[in-house]
Amino acid sequence: MSASTPALTPRQVTRRRRADAVRRSWASFRSHRSGLFGLALLTFFLLVALLAPLLADGEGLEVTKATGGVLESPGSGGYVLGTDENGRSIVTLLIWGSRISLFVGLLATVISMVIGTLVGLMSGFFEGWPARILYRVTEWFLVIPFIPLAIVLATVLGRSLINIVIVIGITGWASTAMLIRSQTLSIKERPYVERARVLGAGRWHQMSRHVLPNVMPMVFANTTLTVALAILAETTLSFLGLGDPTRVSWGSMLEDAFDVGAMTTGAWWYIVPPGVCVVLVVLAFTLVGQALEEIFNPRLRGR
Amino acid sequence: MTDLAAQGADAAHTPATVGRRRSYGRYVLGKVLGSAGSLAFVLVLGFFLFRVLPGDPARTLGRGRFRTEAQLEEFRATYGLDQPLPQQFLTYLKNTFSGDLGVSLRYRVPVSDLILDRLWPTLLLVGIATLLATVIGVYLGVISAWNRGKATDKVTTGTTLTLYSMPEWWLGLLLIAAFAVGMGPLPGIFPTGGLHSVDAEPGTIGYVGDTALHLVLPVLTLVLVYLADFSLIMRSSLLDEIGEDYLTTARAKGLRDVVVRRRHAVRNALLPTTTLIALSIGFVVSGAITVETVFSIPGLGLLATEALTIPDYWVLQGTFLVTSAGVILANLLANLVYGLLDPRVRS
Repeated sequence: MSASTPALTPRQVTRRRRADAVRRSWASFRSHRSGLFGLALLTFFLLVALLAPLLADGEGLEVTKATGGVLESPGSGGYVLGTDENGRSIVTLLIWGSRISLFVGLLATVISMVIGTLVGLMSGFFEGWPARILYRVTEWFLVIPFIPLAIVLATVLGRSLINIVIVIGITGWASTAMLIRSQTLSIKERPYVERARVLGAGRWHQMSRHVLPNVMPMVFANTTLTVALAILAETTLSFLGLGDPTRVSWGSMLEDAFDVGAMTTGAWWYIVPPGVCVVLVVLAFTLVGQALEEIFNPRLRGR
Repeated sequence: MTDLAAQGADAAHTPATVGRRRSYGRYVLGKVLGSAGSLAFVLVLGFFLFRVLPGDPARTLGRGRFRTEAQLEEFRATYGLDQPLPQQFLTYLKNTFSGDLGVSLRYRVPVSDLILDRLWPTLLLVGIATLLATVIGVYLGVISAWNRGKATDKVTTGTTLTLYSMPEWWLGLLLIAAFAVGMGPLPGIFPTGGLHSVDAEPGTIGYVGDTALHLVLPVLTLVLVYLADFSLIMRSSLLDEIGEDYLTTARAKGLRDVVVRRRHAVRNALLPTTTLIALSIGFVVSGAITVETVFSIPGLGLLATEALTIPDYWVLQGTFLVTSAGVILANLLANLVYGLLDPRVRS
C-alpha cells in the first residue's frame, strides 16, 4: 500500500519539517553537558514541586500545628534541616516553597514573553511612527531600574500572589522585546519573506507564517533565561516583604530568617538551604537557556 | 564583522573632520532627547501610579495626619488633589521641578531633604562596586574567553554562573554570618552593618577608615555578584572577536599572543561591553537597595524599603523618581562616552 501514499498536504510537510527540527535540536542538546545537567536539576525541582503533597504533609505549614521547638538545629528531634522560629520543619517549608517560587517565576515569564514578543515583532515588522513609538517605550522600560519600579508597583497593587506575578511580568519584558525586534528586522529582509510579499501575502500572513516561526526558537531560549531572572525577582520581592504574606516561598523563608536575625544567632539551616535552592533553580534555567541559545544560534556554537 | 569593516572603509572616504564633528553633535542630540523621553516617562509613571491608589488619595497619602476636615482641604489644595486630573498633573510637574517631593509621613520632614541626606551612601556604594566589578569582571572575562574550553575557563565560567544565579542580598547574609558574626573558630572581623561606628568622630582619618571598614562587606557582596554579570558579557563579546581575520593577520605579523590580545582583540571587544555594562547600572542600583537593607546602610535603598512597611508613599515616589533619573543620567553619560570612543555607533 505504500506505493499509493497520497501526496502530502503543505500542512503535513510543514509538520514533518518541524518535527525533524525538534529531533535535530534534541540531538544537539543531548551532546551539551552543562545543558543536560541543568535539565536534570530542573526536572528534580519540578517533580518536588508537583509531588509536594506526597513528599511532605501540608499541615506542616500551619504555625498552630507545628510540633518542633524554636529554631531547633538539624538532626535534633528528627528534623533533617532543623526548624524555623515557629517550630515548623525547614524541609517541609522548602518543599512547599518550591511550588510558589516556580509558579510565580513561570507565570511571570509567560506575561513577559507575550508582551515582549508582541512588542518586539510589531516594532521590528512595521515601519513608521507606530514602530518608533514601540521602540521608544521599550527603551524607556529597559533603563528604569527594576527594584524601585517593582516596589512602587507592588505597593500600589497590594500584596497577593497574582500581583507579584503581574509586577514581575510587566517589568521584565523589555529585553525580550529588544531581542525579538532585532531578530525580526533581520528575518523580514530575507528572500523567502520577500518572495511571500511579492506573491501577495498580507502582513498578517508574513508575520504569522514566516517571521514568527523563525523567531520562535530564540523566544524559547530567551524564555528559559527569563524564568531564571523572574525567580530571582520573586525571591527579592518576597524578601522585601512584597510577596503574598499567607504563602511560603523561598523568598519569604529568607525574609523570616532575616527578621529573626538567623545570621547573627548562627541558625545557618534557616538561611543556607532556601538560598541554595534559589541558586540551583536559577542556575538550572540559565544553563538550559544557554544551551538552547547555542543550538538555535549557530554563531554561538563551539563555545 | 565584514559589514563593520565595510563601514570603516566608507568612513575613510568621507571628509573625516567635518563629517565626524557634525555627526557627533547629532548623536549627542539624539541621545539627550532619548534620555529626556525616558525621564518624562518616569515622571508620568510616578504620577499615575500614585494616583491610582485605592481610595481617596488625600486620605491615603495623608494617612491619618488630619484631624479636621479643614486640614484635609488644605492638604488637597497644596498638592492640587481637588483639581481635575490634567490640572493635577501640572501641579505635580511644578512641585517636582521645584524640588518639592512632598513630606515624609514617617519622618515629618520634606522628602527632598531626606533624599539628599541619604544620597551619598548609595552613590559611594554603587560607585565603588561598579568600578571594581567592571575592572575585575572584564579581566576575568578576557582570561576565560582567551583560554576557552581549558580548565581556567571552566572554573571561571562555573564560578561566575553560580554567582550570577545568587540573590545579592543572600550572599550578603552569608558574608555577615561568616565574616561579621564569625563562624566556628573564625572571629568576626567586620561590622555587621551601618556606615559608621557610634564613637567615630567625623572629619578624622579614623572616621574615614571606620567607614571603609563598614563598606568592605557590602561592596564585596555587590562586586562578587556583578563581576559575574560583567565577566559573562565580556567573555561572549571577546569570543565574537576570536577567529576574526585581523587577529590572524596580527599573529602572522609575528606579534606575541599577549599583544594580540591586549592591543587588538580586547580593544574591539570592549566596545559592545561598554554599552551592556552601562545598561547594567540599573541592576547595580537595584542590588544596592537590597544590600543596603541587609547591611542597614543609611542610603536611598534602606529609605525605600523602610518606607514600604508604613507605606510612606511620598518617600516611595521620591526614591523612585530619583533612582530612575540617576540611572537614566548614568546611561546617557556612558552612551556619550561610547559615541566618542566608537564613531561607528553614531550612524
